[in-house]
Amino acid sequence: MKENKQKMSGADIFFECLRKEKVEYIFGYPGGAVLKLYEKLYDVDFLEHILTRHEQGATHAAEGYAKATGKVGVVLVTSGPGATNTVTGIADAYMDSIPIIVFTGQVPTKLIGNDAFQEADIMGITRPITKHNFLVRDVKELAETIRKAFFIASTGRPGPVLVDLPKDVINSVCEFEYPEKVEIRGYKPTFLGHQNQIKKAAEMLKKAKRPLLYVGGGVIMSGGTRELYLLAKENNLPVTMTLQGLGAFPGTDDLSLGMLGMHGTYWANQAVNSCDLLIALGARFDDRVTGKVETFSLKSYKIHVDVDPTAIDKNILVDLPIVGDVKHVLAELASEMDEHPDISDWWKQIEKWKKECPFELDANDGKLRTQFVIEKISEKTKGEAVIVSDVGQHQMWIAQHYKFVHPRSHLTSGGLGTMGFSVPASIGAAFGVKDRPIISISGDGGFQMNIQELITAVAHKLPIKFMVINNSFLGMVRQWQELFHAEKYSFTDLSKSNPDFRKVAEAFGLAAFSTDNPKEVESLLDEAFAINDRPVFIEFKVVKEDMVFPMVPAGASIGEMMTKRLNPKTMV
Amino acid sequence: MKHTISVLVENRFGAFNRVATMFSGRGFNVHSISIGETEDPEISRMTLVTSGDDQIIEQVVKQLNRLIDTIKVVDLTGQPRIERELALITVFYQKGTRPELTNICDIFRGNIVDINNKTLTLEITGPPDKIDAALNVLAQYGIKEIARSGTVALKRGEQAKIQPKISTTKEKEKV
Repeated sequence: MKENKQKMSGADIFFECLRKEKVEYIFGYPGGAVLKLYEKLYDVDFLEHILTRHEQGATHAAEGYAKATGKVGVVLVTSGPGATNTVTGIADAYMDSIPIIVFTGQVPTKLIGNDAFQEADIMGITRPITKHNFLVRDVKELAETIRKAFFIASTGRPGPVLVDLPKDVINSVCEFEYPEKVEIRGYKPTFLGHQNQIKKAAEMLKKAKRPLLYVGGGVIMSGGTRELYLLAKENNLPVTMTLQGLGAFPGTDDLSLGMLGMHGTYWANQAVNSCDLLIALGARFDDRVTGKVETFSLKSYKIHVDVDPTAIDKNILVDLPIVGDVKHVLAELASEMDEHPDISDWWKQIEKWKKECPFELDANDGKLRTQFVIEKISEKTKGEAVIVSDVGQHQMWIAQHYKFVHPRSHLTSGGLGTMGFSVPASIGAAFGVKDRPIISISGDGGFQMNIQELITAVAHKLPIKFMVINNSFLGMVRQWQELFHAEKYSFTDLSKSNPDFRKVAEAFGLAAFSTDNPKEVESLLDEAFAINDRPVFIEFKVVKEDMVFPMVPAGASIGEMMTKRLNPKTMV
Repeated sequence: MKHTISVLVENRFGAFNRVATMFSGRGFNVHSISIGETEDPEISRMTLVTSGDDQIIEQVVKQLNRLIDTIKVVDLTGQPRIERELALITVFYQKGTRPELTNICDIFRGNIVDINNKTLTLEITGPPDKIDAALNVLAQYGIKEIARSGTVALKRGEQAKIQPKISTTKEKEKV
């Protein structure tokens, strides 16, 4: 039976496709090449368009939405500068495997290559930083391309996809048909892990004396946190998490060793160094985790579970690779565990490490410190908030001191390390998550990188708590300058050039507070959490010179942690 | 160690660029790339010659597979295969050296495809080391210009169904 298909414009097809994909929000910014889309958007009622104030903000917002919900984040911007402004967000999503789709306007196909007004070769620019990108050259390909874009972005190892839409394609008409199935012969992500490999992994785990689970963001993305919990609990296994893995396993649980790597816990890194079985789950042995690769976890048999084959043997050679969906592999692995390893001595050793080098929380000098602020936020929210951190010292302190209990609660730019991520990403998260508090925490440097998006939060009355940890320095750079660059504090001191953040926030229309007194922190948090009809701003003026410890210096082995401040001249 | 890798890619806009971008972005070596249509006009075959230790080659193959536009990746190294390259070599000649050059051309089973009053152009086909040998001998006469196609390769035996056309290195991008 042949249906009588209606002819539709490219713009109508575009929105019909988004309707089929159940898109709830578009983060975007209008412009010449996408005027037709915005004309249609005016009457679209099944999704909401969020106007950010910069296209970079739109991409980070889409990332925040995607990471907090697991759904695909959608961005719509115009050609040329609109498109190039999305580049940082796309690169960020690529590094952290976040499913977003960026629709960019493009000049009419006839003008492509002519240096037309607001033309940029965004296909060429984004090829190395997208999972895939498409230029739609004919309206007949539009629906299928959008279908493919959603499929590619959200399956396998997720990632950003860009779809370039020339103006004439959007304006022309054709019959609309949305393909039910997608078939891409060059793209068949492996889903099921190899049975025999999983059996072998279980055998190794049963006889392990010092096993360790090394958990990355892949466990959260695959939705495998429940499976991880069961495997760890039933077998009493220690769990350490990467920056992106935080939240995959409750930080409040006794089995959690916290984060590993450069600013990880001393005991987690010692455990990595001494374990006899290391099971990497949806993690990629990033250089911030491994330190010097030649000395990384030399005594261990290594099992690596990842959906992306390129992650395996890339940085660290492993003994047993399992390519597949982590959730599925975890469930299979747990079901193979008919006996449990005896590791009580291993736990004794870990407890010993915990006592050897605990976090130093407070100097008891009455001054406000970031660690203290984070601890208070963690207590106040019982670890249940969605924390959107920026990049730098505060990010590491959050990773160390906030006890995440749920997955999709810790949103941060890990791979690319994008300052300015937090403010817009928290806005995206606030649209996706309504039942938990959303807290954006930035340093005074990063906060100024996308400060314009505060108005987006105000315009939508989002109850986000925007917090700035103000130490009047680009703190992490300052830390490296003190430790490794002869104390030359080159262009990192902002004490004379920061704005009055409280006034700025007030001008944007936020309820704004500021303090430098540790005694006021709790009452301020209470006050801030009582306001839910608009965003709130709190500035914490903290001491300038604090450094994040423990720390593995770049290029050193993770066993050689610097646990306290050393004299930079003598390094002792 | 040098590896010859055969890649079937979608014959469409940007596919070649994706491979080239991936190589440069990840710092992999490329000695030659050649690309041409296969018996299926929707598929191109790309032959890449790269080098690196086993871990790097494993990454090269995996990263190639990871690209959405690649359909099949085969490392032909160590397998029975046919490898060919085509070179056009323009050499200076004097009165006395022309017969010598014709003779060298015959030894390498090449053809003389062009001549003027100063130079002649040889066409030589074969495995890359044969071309290197020919160039070595021709160098003493004074080489004016060289164009090499880059290696094309196929597995021997029943798998070798697809015969790529030879095309010039790095220029066969479909636009």
